[in-house]
Amino acid sequence: MNIENLIAIPALCTHYKVELSFFNNLSEMGLLEVKTIEETQYIHPDAINEIEKMIRIHQELDINTEGIDVVFNLLQKIDALQNELNSAKNRLRLYES
Amino acid sequence: MAFIDYYKILEVDKKATEAEIKKAYRKMARKYHPDLNPNDKEAERKFKEINEANEVLSHTENRKKYDDYGENWQHAAEFEKSKQQQQYHRGGQQDGFGGGGDDFSDFFESMSGGRSSGNGSRRSAQFKGQDFNAELHLDLIDVYTTHKRTLTINGKNIRITIPAGVENGQQIKISGQGGDGTGDGPKGDLYITFNIENHTNFKLDKHNLYSSVTLDLYTAILGGDITADTFDGKVKLTVKPGTQNGTKVKLKGKGFPVYKKEGEFGDLYITYQVQIPTNITEKEKELFTELAKLKTS
Repeated sequence: MNIENLIAIPALCTHYKVELSFFNNLSEMGLLEVKTIEETQYIHPDAINEIEKMIRIHQELDINTEGIDVVFNLLQKIDALQNELNSAKNRLRLYES
Repeated sequence: MAFIDYYKILEVDKKATEAEIKKAYRKMARKYHPDLNPNDKEAERKFKEINEANEVLSHTENRKKYDDYGENWQHAAEFEKSKQQQQYHRGGQQDGFGGGGDDFSDFFESMSGGRSSGNGSRRSAQFKGQDFNAELHLDLIDVYTTHKRTLTINGKNIRITIPAGVENGQQIKISGQGGDGTGDGPKGDLYITFNIENHTNFKLDKHNLYSSVTLDLYTAILGGDITADTFDGKVKLTVKPGTQNGTKVKLKGKGFPVYKKEGEFGDLYITYQVQIPTNITEKEKELFTELAKLKTS
């Protein structure tokens, strides 16, 4: 992927008023995939929704990166359970019809 | 608009200190934040309530006005006067609490002339706008192909692409199509839940379709060609001689499209239902008897 298609982390820091260390911590925890090109760190645009969510949780709720990690893990579990429930409901409907 | 007890909303005493209010707000925001409660309308409503309460109670001046007038604030003539003046000064700007704010008190707005037009003595909080939830009812046949559809959400037309193979109960998020954010906060998102009803003769399980085809006795015994319905038209099938009732055949790739995997389809399973002839003629009866004799001899 070209650099033009990536988002530079320093630009995100300025835009969202977040310290660089926040992104470094997220990256260390595996919550964020960072690409380093010529000493500048970038993220893929597809990750922006998740990053915005993490920033909101951090800024609006004063939750640190460890907390965000826990929250995201639990949200993923809820999402998986919700999908499983939907799938089970659909299968049940198949047998009821 | 009904009086809203902001102290009750934040579950604090009327004599609570600023620190206590902040603590209570943080605690409740963590509980009801929309990012932590996806698709929960009640949590979303509660979050808006506690934000509104915090906006008033965390601001000394507004808190004092709220404390002074209490639940009678809405009857005070000066409030109306103040509101009219503020509206005049704002030149018709209508920026209320996140995303339309139709269920919420206009107390704060009437007291201060709108949260976004603050006097600069404090930094206004930034919050993401309200997430909107919508339910879209579709027929199964509608989601066989990717298509575009225009939805009207809160009076606004939004054109969305519905990907083929979307499942019943599945939800998609359309970023930035929710309510306006407060302060410089981003707009909320639009969540669309699909409610898909199946009025076809096919049963769907994941990406696979199931149907049954009636076979006459002679084709089942002797074999032959038949035509069967699939979701995208009719196909010719060759029935093997001696096909039993309940035999299943798989038509690879004739099932339902796989969500967001273009060109990938499930399979279609057809069950043969052999129909035993009734009301047979004397001649037929005679021939069947002859066949039976042949079989037993």
